[in-house]
Amino acid sequence: MNIPSTATARPGLAAESITKRFGPVQALRDVTLRFPPGQVTALMGENGAGKSTLLRILTGDHQPTAGRIRLDGQVIDLDSPTDARRAGIRIIPQEPEIIPHVSVAENVYAGSLPRRPGRRLDRAELRRRITADLERLGFDKVLDPDLLGSELTAAQRQLVEIMRALTGDTAPRAIAFDEPTSSLSDHEVDALFALIGRLRDAGIAVIYVSHRMKEIFRLADRIAVLRDGTVAGTVDARATSEGELVRLMVGRDLSSLFARQHVAGDRVVLEVDGLSTDDVHDISLQVRAGEVVALAGLIGAGRSELALALAGDTPLRSGTVRIDGDRIRLRGPADAIRAGIGLAPEERKAQALFLQRTIRDNTSLVSLGRLRRWRFVDRNQEKALAQEYADRLRVRAPSIEAEVRTLSGGNQQKVVLARWLARKPALLILDEPTRGVDIGAKAEIYQIIADLAREGTAILVISSELPEVLGLADRILVMQNGRITGRLDHTEATEEAILALAMADDLTPDLPHETATAPRAETDPAPGGTR
Amino acid sequence: MTTALSVDRELDQSGGRPTPATDARNWLARTGGQNLGLIGAMALVLAVFGWLNPNYLSWNNIQVIAEAATISGLLAVVQTIVIICGGLDISVGSQAGLASVTSAMVFTSTGSNSLLGIGAAVAIGAGIGIFNGVVIIYGRVNPTIATLAGLAAYKGVAQLISNGSAQGYVLNDSLFVFLSRGKIAGLPVMVWLLLLVAAAVHVLLRYTDIGRNIYALGGNDTAARLAGINLNKYLIAVYALSGMVAALAGVLLTARTGSGQPVSGSEGLELQAITAAALGGCALKGGKGGVGGTLLAVALLGALQNGLTVQGINAFWQNVAQGALLVAAVVIQQRRARERAVGLPA
Repeated sequence: MNIPSTATARPGLAAESITKRFGPVQALRDVTLRFPPGQVTALMGENGAGKSTLLRILTGDHQPTAGRIRLDGQVIDLDSPTDARRAGIRIIPQEPEIIPHVSVAENVYAGSLPRRPGRRLDRAELRRRITADLERLGFDKVLDPDLLGSELTAAQRQLVEIMRALTGDTAPRAIAFDEPTSSLSDHEVDALFALIGRLRDAGIAVIYVSHRMKEIFRLADRIAVLRDGTVAGTVDARATSEGELVRLMVGRDLSSLFARQHVAGDRVVLEVDGLSTDDVHDISLQVRAGEVVALAGLIGAGRSELALALAGDTPLRSGTVRIDGDRIRLRGPADAIRAGIGLAPEERKAQALFLQRTIRDNTSLVSLGRLRRWRFVDRNQEKALAQEYADRLRVRAPSIEAEVRTLSGGNQQKVVLARWLARKPALLILDEPTRGVDIGAKAEIYQIIADLAREGTAILVISSELPEVLGLADRILVMQNGRITGRLDHTEATEEAILALAMADDLTPDLPHETATAPRAETDPAPGGTR
Repeated sequence: MTTALSVDRELDQSGGRPTPATDARNWLARTGGQNLGLIGAMALVLAVFGWLNPNYLSWNNIQVIAEAATISGLLAVVQTIVIICGGLDISVGSQAGLASVTSAMVFTSTGSNSLLGIGAAVAIGAGIGIFNGVVIIYGRVNPTIATLAGLAAYKGVAQLISNGSAQGYVLNDSLFVFLSRGKIAGLPVMVWLLLLVAAAVHVLLRYTDIGRNIYALGGNDTAARLAGINLNKYLIAVYALSGMVAALAGVLLTARTGSGQPVSGSEGLELQAITAAALGGCALKGGKGGVGGTLLAVALLGALQNGLTVQGINAFWQNVAQGALLVAAVVIQQRRARERAVGLPA
């Protein structure tokens, strides 16, 4: 890659005594932080600690109530994202903004497309520019400029955002990455980190926001921790520990995130045999009462698709699903719910929550059948139910009449869990239950999962965080290209073993299931795994 | 957050005996800002026109206002459900016209059988509603476009079967006379019908699981689907209900004018219905709103229209006012939602 090096003894980007109020809420209080050029500064903190607000102020999206921003010593006024862009401050947002029906090239230069007289698009110049930029940045192998926005994978969408940040009239001087890895698989993360390394070496101040400790230790030079809108501390990444960071973030110790006993019984709750849909193929698996089975794999391996199929949302092409030995028909989600299957889906805001409605409404939704007399909902019973589960899951809110949109990510996830727990499902499927959840709530969610297992619920967890998979699961099923490619017991599972299975034969996406997957040594083709 | 409280039970445990202050606060919270605004506007309208013309606030004129608002009020009440689902039905006016003609023609051709006439109109309404729902769901046609097409087509059907002219005479029948001129406890029957339908819809939305599911599917259809709600069934039923109530409005139109009207009296009702629902606080993207707000808005629009007419203000101006009110209602709504003013609204 060829990014002009600007590394000299410049002070870089600095926030000075930034305070931000939204009405009565004080989001940031007197935050002073420096982001030196040629270094990766990680920004950590629980959800609501003020990371996003700070990023938005640095990139001109919000204006501070008080305080200044300096770039290389000079105070700069950022009245809009355009100002920030012009000053050389760029952000790679968590959810890339991609225009679906136009090409990668047009997506990258959207807003400043090369033109010929008469405002016609200059296709030749566009082609020349994208080819040159792709090559300069080393993306020419991974990003086809002719693909449409809608055809891109999560990683490619992010590359488009990165290209937007690194092209343009002014050279980038500071780049912020907002949880860039949350929808990337592990090898895509490696490629991203290599790129960030090159940006750093080119003298750019890199701001890296993430919840993931391992990534931060791999990548960061300095770590700044925010707590409740103030700077809890800035530490040297080489001279700190996970424990210290957690203490800075939550102000207390979380010694054992995963305090889980393995309590699986013998009774098989879920038995899937030869299930295929448009996206997954020949899936056979069992989950016992009290057992936590994790589905591991790369993004796009078909794990969420399997979850949606089991929840009755996608039609089965073949195969059978049994709950407690009874074969069930899955014509729609209602069938799955009736059979005792609950799904907390991957995108809780888009797929599970009614943000404008109360905690009570959101909790009772799938239990209304039980709460009604004739067709009238019994308010008192409903309140009691919502209150019971809000208490049990320790949902932090002023009352169960609070609208769900006002809650933090972790508490929203607890509301989704409360909805299903209130139905007492036989099988609970949790798709990325801790994504975007702060570390305190994470520990609580792990505890909830452990408690449910102890009460005999069968649990199927999908997670892209390997430590979570290892910490939670009794058994691990690894998926790739819509198939189960490996089964591991918790005693034999390691991150390396899971990754090896997840990337077993790197089938190209163009040749899907025709390429048969050879059983590997660790693979136990019989349903029920290796125990 | 570490500072946040756990869910507390203060609301339930505030000592059993609510103080007047908490009573007032609860009432305010239940009524909501939007409705308070409507009540304020209503008071203003009544005060201004009452001051300009003392007869405006007479019991007689208030009955005139209520009767005039009944037909658009019925349509506004069902429009509320449709909008809460995230849909829209702009064919309600044309449906009412078609139902009006149908009721009169069936009445005439069955030897003055008013029950058959009304029944046929309501059945046609239900059929059209189901057809709208099927076109929207299985044809994948955006609700606005589908019912815009219906607005033109159903009006055309009404004109075709009636040859474009008023049909029959119904005020020789006691049931139609009762509908148009009858009174119960001093209130016109028409107004009672509106209140009855409004109360039924209110109970449906607020107190039944059906209502919960309607709010759910309008608020987030993916989440509603994954919660096991049969979206297609609900949407088709809601459009069918919309058609049936539109047909009821058409029957009342027949009763009021004495004959089946293909176009006159029903044209433009969809605009009034949508304006009332939007003013009453229904979010046009669905999931939010209620009958109470809509009824207040219907009353406000009725009072305003009557006041302007009483003052002899040109009807053309009333059209301008109507359009302006609809836009103003939505602008207020969107400002509250704090949507960023970039590109097309969501």
